[in-house]
Amino acid sequence: MIWQFDLFILVLLVITALVALKVRDLLSAAMIFSIYSLLMCLLWAEMGAVDVAFTEAAVGAGLSTVFLIATILRTTRRTTD
Amino acid sequence: MKVFAFVLVIVTGIMLVVTAADFPAWGDAHSPPNQYLSTHYITQAEHETAVPNMVTAVLADYRGFDTMFETAVVFCAGLAIAAILGHEKKKRYVVRRKALPKTEEGDIIIRMATRFLVPVTQLFAMYVIAHGHHSPGGGFQGGVILAATFILMTLAFDLKTILGRFSEKMTLIWANVGLFIYAGIGVLCVLLGSRFLEYSALHKILPGTDEIMARSHSMLGVEIGVALTVMSMLFAIYAHLVSKGRLEDGL
Amino acid sequence: MSDVLTFIISRFNYWIYIVLMMIGLYAMIAKRNYVKKFIGMSIFQTAIILFYVSTGVKSGATIPILEHGHDIGHAAAAINPDHYANPLPHVLMLTAIVVGVATLGVALAVVQKVHDQYETIEEPEILFKLGQE
Repeated sequence: MIWQFDLFILVLLVITALVALKVRDLLSAAMIFSIYSLLMCLLWAEMGAVDVAFTEAAVGAGLSTVFLIATILRTTRRTTD
Repeated sequence: MKVFAFVLVIVTGIMLVVTAADFPAWGDAHSPPNQYLSTHYITQAEHETAVPNMVTAVLADYRGFDTMFETAVVFCAGLAIAAILGHEKKKRYVVRRKALPKTEEGDIIIRMATRFLVPVTQLFAMYVIAHGHHSPGGGFQGGVILAATFILMTLAFDLKTILGRFSEKMTLIWANVGLFIYAGIGVLCVLLGSRFLEYSALHKILPGTDEIMARSHSMLGVEIGVALTVMSMLFAIYAHLVSKGRLEDGL
Repeated sequence: MSDVLTFIISRFNYWIYIVLMMIGLYAMIAKRNYVKKFIGMSIFQTAIILFYVSTGVKSGATIPILEHGHDIGHAAAAINPDHYANPLPHVLMLTAIVVGVATLGVALAVVQKVHDQYETIEEPEILFKLGQE
């Protein structure tokens, strides 16, 4: 456990979470959410939860982003929110 | 709505902060969650199951029931999506092609890179499944990587071509086979006079094993079952989502 | 005073988990776009998983894979539990992640169906169209 590393990633996580919810382009939101998942995966690898980190890298950063993009492709990309 | 949400979030946050003050200190090796059962898993897992990766041992052996129904949840989610999106009339099956198409519009570099990448990635996924006993990995991760290779192929070629080789029907069959392998190993244990998913009974039919190695080997079988279900169901979910259930035009 | 300060600093992980969780909760309630709502739901979910995994952390411990794999054999009694992270939260959360993506898929399928029906995925517009009928 290196607390500087922890703090750095946690601050980045909060920033990416806020940006993913704030940005008005849904495709950008999906991509930023992918970055969020990847940071989360780094944090878990650092905590010693290697299996969880592996799963999150494959599922969170990979597949769930693909699912979100597929939905955005079939619905709409712009939002006023 | 925004004001209401903000007030609710602040109130809940304060309540959580007050609760968090009672949590054990960060990284405390003697906090309640790190006592009792987990100590047993850490010290005895290798002794009882011959699997050095404790996560795999707990996932597939000690908590095998849990994992079986988590797999069933993935299966049900795939069925639910097919039920929600797949009501439209589908064309009868797309042309079956022996090889991937040589000439298609799109980027040739991406297509050729995919041709080289897919076999290597699938091999890696199998390594992840089979080597989950000794390194991070296992059925879920390997299955997700296998599904990702199919998604990669649909991105590089088109959905129709890939569904011609791995159709919706086939995804359902393979998902069933995966769950069947998992539950079948459990039932086999019952037939051999033990309890459901108590693998040590399988040493009677697995040649060259004792009770400990039987647990290790049946964990591999269980992981393969999980991987098959996760692979086919996640690919089916993608295929439905990307084509709005029509399964013909996609990315 | 310095006691309070060390208390706050020593648990900064927990405070940030709570912040992340609250960001997710706020998005689920206040965001009007459905895809945004589901991104908020995933943030909420990962924050909970993060908290869960963090209960298994031991300072100075390594990953929960036994060193020297099979050589240990008879010396199994010598394993010190303090040297390995707690594997139990990892197992529970590993399956939760995979199930989470499957349920996200179901949610997105419903969003597509809603878009079919109302040609929008903004909540106020759907409510407006429902009121017109």
